[in-house]
Amino acid sequence: MSAPRVIVVGAGPAGVRAVETLVTHGLAPTVIDEAPAAGGQIYRRQPAGFRRSLADIHGFEAGRAGRLHAAFDALAGKIDYRPKTQVWTVAGTRILTLRDGRAGDHRFDALILATGARDRVMPFRGWTLPGVYTLGGAQVALKHQGCAIGARTIFVGGGPLLYLVAYQYAKAGAGVAAVIDGVGATAKLRALPRLAAGRSTLAKGLYYVAWLRAHGVRVIEGALPEAVAGADAVEGLRLRDRRGRAVTVAGDAIATGFGLEPETRLADLAGCDFRFDAGDRLWLPETDGEGRSSVAGIYLAGDGARIAGALAAEITGERAARALLADFGQARDPARDAVLRRRLGRLDRFRAALAHAFPYPHQAAAAMADAVMLCRCEAIAAGALRAAVRDLGCDDLNRAKAFTRIGMGRCQGRFCATAAAEVLAATSGRDLAAVGRPRGQAPAKPVPLTAGADQ
Amino acid sequence: MTHPRYGSFDRVAETDRRALRMTVDGEAVAALVGDTVLTALRLAGLAPRVSEFGDGARAGFCLMGACQDCWLAVDGRRMRACATYVRDGMVIVTGWGETG
Repeated sequence: MSAPRVIVVGAGPAGVRAVETLVTHGLAPTVIDEAPAAGGQIYRRQPAGFRRSLADIHGFEAGRAGRLHAAFDALAGKIDYRPKTQVWTVAGTRILTLRDGRAGDHRFDALILATGARDRVMPFRGWTLPGVYTLGGAQVALKHQGCAIGARTIFVGGGPLLYLVAYQYAKAGAGVAAVIDGVGATAKLRALPRLAAGRSTLAKGLYYVAWLRAHGVRVIEGALPEAVAGADAVEGLRLRDRRGRAVTVAGDAIATGFGLEPETRLADLAGCDFRFDAGDRLWLPETDGEGRSSVAGIYLAGDGARIAGALAAEITGERAARALLADFGQARDPARDAVLRRRLGRLDRFRAALAHAFPYPHQAAAAMADAVMLCRCEAIAAGALRAAVRDLGCDDLNRAKAFTRIGMGRCQGRFCATAAAEVLAATSGRDLAAVGRPRGQAPAKPVPLTAGADQ
Repeated sequence: MTHPRYGSFDRVAETDRRALRMTVDGEAVAALVGDTVLTALRLAGLAPRVSEFGDGARAGFCLMGACQDCWLAVDGRRMRACATYVRDGMVIVTGWGETG
């Protein structure tokens, strides 16, 4: 049998380790990545001519970032690497791509999707103003551009990125106006025993918080964002604190996010089955214990399958590649399989504890004011969705899209569907699972009509 | 016409790079090699686009190519500001949402 044609989409921690494993076993995969250089968002490389060291940019994770970059660079000449290339759909055994305005068409026998994650957001009044960015975006500005999103940035949300990015900003000399943590101190203390499964990650998290406090950064726990202060530019953020009082914090930019959610559009377009995960309150693509999706020949790895972080992504990337190799007739390596299983088991306990410690504020999302612009692409307020439920009997996200245009815009619901589902479920009195998930539509991201053919 | 300003990025590192110039809606804007168009615009206090629905300026949100809220015209082609690097003499037109 001739070697299978394998395509790996994404060159972050999962994609890189998957590719490395395939090459080690004699395959020459095609690697397609949107970024100009491998590393993914977490280990994103800075442009040529920038001089900061890996330690400056990645802190404790500098070693991991450097090893991942080196592992990928060592594969040059052994793979067909296509950076700056966007996959806009999966059609049967082909993927259709776009690079610099030119279209491409690639056949595969096996496909590994390592498409990563994006911030999970909760919309609040004013979140579309210039100066409001995701936590991940605020981190990209610093890591990739040496810039802060403002001179006095307010960090608001939850999850491990909240304190990490605030710490990275402060360390880089950027102004941090305040860190507002949606989770209260008591709830975090209760979560500590379970979080102990990830000792070093937990220690780093506690270090960031302690460092920020020691450097005089204002930390407010158990408060949620209500509205941006300022008409054309950010002047501050109005909060509701844990006792229900209104508090305004001054600042000129806002970084927000409540954890991450997987980027699953390509898995959806490929026809993979999804299941509702009650713990994450999200629809996730189904995988078996080794990253096989419900579609033969399509494998899922990293945060694009389920949020578990960069360490786990390296392992699930290798694991998906090993499953693929086994499916195409290569002998298994039981000892290595056992190592991966053991490491992943430990990380998965920490993942579950993190999800428990930093829950998405679903009650606050469900209760957002009618005036909050829920869908930023189409400028649809939460009140319009509630009206569609009351007046039109809308009880499903795809019907909500037809009735209100929520989720119909260019981001395809990436930044509104999570909160919209909570509003819809609460208003219609249905379970979150029952309101469904937005059906994926090709193109996964906008494609200019002028795109010409190019193999 | 002078643009309204919408707050600004703050450059905290990597300041020792070659400077270049481009125009944004006819105004000269300075940038450094390696800046994205979005970075250059935000450092100048500008926003790449205006919402089609009358709710004001937009300046991107995710900075990683997911939100699609920073499209503008670069040398006559529609591009995402966050995923496009500046070049000397680049001609940028903002407000794509307004003009279709």
